[in-house]
Amino acid sequence: MKTLRQRNIRDYIMVSLLILSTVLVLTPLLIIIGYVVVNGIGAISMDFFTQELGSPARAMQGQPTGLIHTIIGTLVVDTIGVIIAIPIGVGAGIMLSEYPEHKLNPLLRVLNDTLNGMPAILKGLLAFALIVRPMGTFSGLAGGIALAFVMIPIIARATESALMTIPWSIREAGLAIGLPRWRVVLSTIVPAARIGLVTGFLIAFARAAGEAAPLMFTSFGNNYLPTHWTGMILGPVDTLPQRLYSLAISPYSEWHTMGWAAGIVLLVFVVALFAGAQLLTRKKAYNT
Amino acid sequence: MEVLSKGDIKTASHSPVLSKPLPAIYRWLGDRIFLTVAVTLGLSIIFLAGAMAWVLIDDGSMAFREFGIIGFLTGTTWDPGVNFTFGALPFIFGTVVTSVVALGLAFFPAVAVAIVIAEYAPRWLSKIIETLVHLIAAIPSVVVGIWGIFVFAPWMRETVYMPIYSWAAESHPSLLPILGNPIGYGMTTATIILALMIVPFTTALTRNAIHQVPKEQREAARALGATRWEVIRMAVLPYARGGILAGAILSLGRAVGETMAVAMLIGNKNTFPFSIMGPAATMPSVIINEFREAVGNLHLSSLMAIGLVLFVIAIIVNLIAAYITRKLSITGGQGI
Amino acid sequence: MKTMKLNKLSNLAILAGIMILAAACGGNVERDARRTEREARVDILGAGATFPAPLITAMADEYRTKTNNRITVNYQSIGSGGGIRQFIEQTIMFGMSEAYLSDEVLADIERSTGGTAFNLPITLADVVPTYNIPGIGKGLVFDGQLLVDIYMGRITRWNDPKIAALNPGTDLPALPITVVHRSDGSGTTFVWTSYLTRISDEWGNRVGYGTSVNWPVGLGGNGNEGVAGAIINSPGAIGYNSLSYALLNNMAYGSVVNSSGNTIEPSYEATTQAANIELPDDTRVLFTNTPAPDGYPIAGFAWMLVYENLDRNNAINNREHAQELVEFLVWSITEGQELSETLGFARLPGAAVEKNFDMISRIRWKDEMIGQKTLEERDLI
Repeated sequence: MKTLRQRNIRDYIMVSLLILSTVLVLTPLLIIIGYVVVNGIGAISMDFFTQELGSPARAMQGQPTGLIHTIIGTLVVDTIGVIIAIPIGVGAGIMLSEYPEHKLNPLLRVLNDTLNGMPAILKGLLAFALIVRPMGTFSGLAGGIALAFVMIPIIARATESALMTIPWSIREAGLAIGLPRWRVVLSTIVPAARIGLVTGFLIAFARAAGEAAPLMFTSFGNNYLPTHWTGMILGPVDTLPQRLYSLAISPYSEWHTMGWAAGIVLLVFVVALFAGAQLLTRKKAYNT
Repeated sequence: MEVLSKGDIKTASHSPVLSKPLPAIYRWLGDRIFLTVAVTLGLSIIFLAGAMAWVLIDDGSMAFREFGIIGFLTGTTWDPGVNFTFGALPFIFGTVVTSVVALGLAFFPAVAVAIVIAEYAPRWLSKIIETLVHLIAAIPSVVVGIWGIFVFAPWMRETVYMPIYSWAAESHPSLLPILGNPIGYGMTTATIILALMIVPFTTALTRNAIHQVPKEQREAARALGATRWEVIRMAVLPYARGGILAGAILSLGRAVGETMAVAMLIGNKNTFPFSIMGPAATMPSVIINEFREAVGNLHLSSLMAIGLVLFVIAIIVNLIAAYITRKLSITGGQGI
Repeated sequence: MKTMKLNKLSNLAILAGIMILAAACGGNVERDARRTEREARVDILGAGATFPAPLITAMADEYRTKTNNRITVNYQSIGSGGGIRQFIEQTIMFGMSEAYLSDEVLADIERSTGGTAFNLPITLADVVPTYNIPGIGKGLVFDGQLLVDIYMGRITRWNDPKIAALNPGTDLPALPITVVHRSDGSGTTFVWTSYLTRISDEWGNRVGYGTSVNWPVGLGGNGNEGVAGAIINSPGAIGYNSLSYALLNNMAYGSVVNSSGNTIEPSYEATTQAANIELPDDTRVLFTNTPAPDGYPIAGFAWMLVYENLDRNNAINNREHAQELVEFLVWSITEGQELSETLGFARLPGAAVEKNFDMISRIRWKDEMIGQKTLEERDLI
């Protein structure tokens, strides 16, 4: 039997180890963010937000160049993704939580979790096979659908758990006053769980917005804005993560700097979504 | 847990539709339509998973027919130039080694962070740590990649690889082939980055598992006079081990599928032998590098076949995690 | 620079003012004019080889300015292989490749579109051996067999007698040679390996040539960067990069003995000279190890790929788009070439331009010879 003193020393050692690990895990985060900001801030200028990229010669010769087409393209592709993913994800979440007796639910739950754990690159391959090949061209639509594939399982899971937090007694109360089941779900359960739902959307969105792998063979890339707005949906479109990748692996140091700057924009975008989700969670925790 | 505010109930009970009894058609048809819509949307997820399997099998079948399933999985040549021979073993090996080692590196720190959050830190601090850990998960893979390319890999080369390499070159030249070329982009660099990227998942899942441990467990241990660490050691961790294990396996799945940062850092070498510091490749990295580039049908089909292998691994990983979670009957295998 | 920007801004402001005014007046004429102006805009989509991408995208910039933003050429560098593949699948209006279309591919195209596809040389790719030997700068002399031996792993030290024989008077160290190659698919690799294949049957049978091959020895670097990084960081390394990249990064590069026995120091001029040979009418020729006496031997064309019957390419929707594509092709092999040297590319030799005109003149939209017409309008034939 060890003495109390020995046990206490052991306790101290463990605490120090735990704290050390925490610091070890959190340090790279600060370093990465620091580097991205320091290296990219120099390339952030008016031009960065108003000009198109064009050729590398533009950057090397100091002509105005920027990523306006990439930022707009990202918004378009992400919006398409969200529009497709939310109904499907929410519908599946409702099926899982409101119809627990449904025969397909166990299968749906397993497949949904599997899809969630599936590498994003496979979702890109799927969108390539289902959309790009039949359409005959790379397009913003295909990119949006690939991102939707990323978001759907997350939204479905988040919806399910958000709806599950609403006690069954409320559903029973609704049914007792004579409301049909669908009205109970739509007018009481969903509104009551809205914060949880929106949090789920934001988390899914933040995950998808940072993904480059599904976009490489779907939205493809473009050095300019398409000349017609339909080109945004039916033609190749630039997106931030994919552009960042091609800037980073290019051999031009000017483009590397732009890549860091694109990193800042992407980081701000994703962290804003993430912060929104955190704030909502806190608000929810406060309300309940 | 009372989430519904009073206002909501009031509106519901005063809603005009309820002032007279609802027509049966409205109830019956409405419920029918609603259920159909929900089930259709749910089915589309099942369809999606099916479509993914079908597409990968269909497109990858040519490679499997050509080389045989075993032949493809154990083939070590990846030659899209002359002989058009494709074997996936280098990529499978690269994926397995990088992700298992990454999990090994990430596991203990991640669990430690989870313990700090759940057991040690005061509430405000654990909130901050938790947010920061989630923030790591939120950093896009390409952003980690660009940092890796321009900062981390050169730093590793100068401060770690070169000294080791020079030391080995002078005193143990036989080690050199095992160590590999110290260019900075390679297996070790990619593995460390991978470890960093899966920490948040392991932490979140471990924390969930620890949260499931009933208060009584801890109180009982404390009543016996256990120190704080002993409480965790004897009462908390054993109880949460199922959840932690499932979390570790899910994190492994995450590491297997991680694409962009690895492709940017691993150096992309398609043939054995791989070495500790030298370049290698993983399944996702070879797909991202060559998919747009592939011209031959067999080359393209081989990449799709690698996608199928990845798909199967992802399914196995998820099923094992689900099994462990259920078997040890502690819930919380839900990803972020 | 600043005043120019200001000017641009004020111009923009004036333009915006006019537009708002026009809109406010409700002038149908202006609105229609604006609409037709917008409708006259055309996106030309091309994709393929990475090596000529800086040139072709700079041409796209220039062409856009020249046409007042009417024509946008979107070129994505996805690699030569990708360029050929997407060209065959008809998802792009033109492809770009450092490998020409093979006979089988052309036969397939003939069958499906009723016409052939043209390989139009647009620029030249040159690849130089780059190395890192402490104390030795650029100008080390190599010949083909030596490079084959090094890349086969047969010559493993820098003071090998074969290297010394070509470099009398150079004090070569006893350093081991580290062979570096590209690990990703690349046109640079294509030109390099096609040269080694031309030199040695053994290389041709064992390794062959392509955008990525199964290398006998060496370590892979990802992209020009990866190769450069590996070379700069490992004393004793040898690799290959495009000339412009080597110049841009101050890398030491060697001279190569060509088939006429002349030692050629790489230069854009020597690269252009390499193509100064008897070209076949379809320009499908590899001139690595060129017979031209002053030509640099490790060089090749980068081709633009277009269909003879443009109406049969699904990516081209109407005659106007086809017309704009032809106009751009003609421009890029004539005025567009002016951009070459500043960007680090060798200019297309006259013979290749002539062959291009012949091929372009055969381009059709249905029964209309739009290639011929365009060239005549511009007095080029």
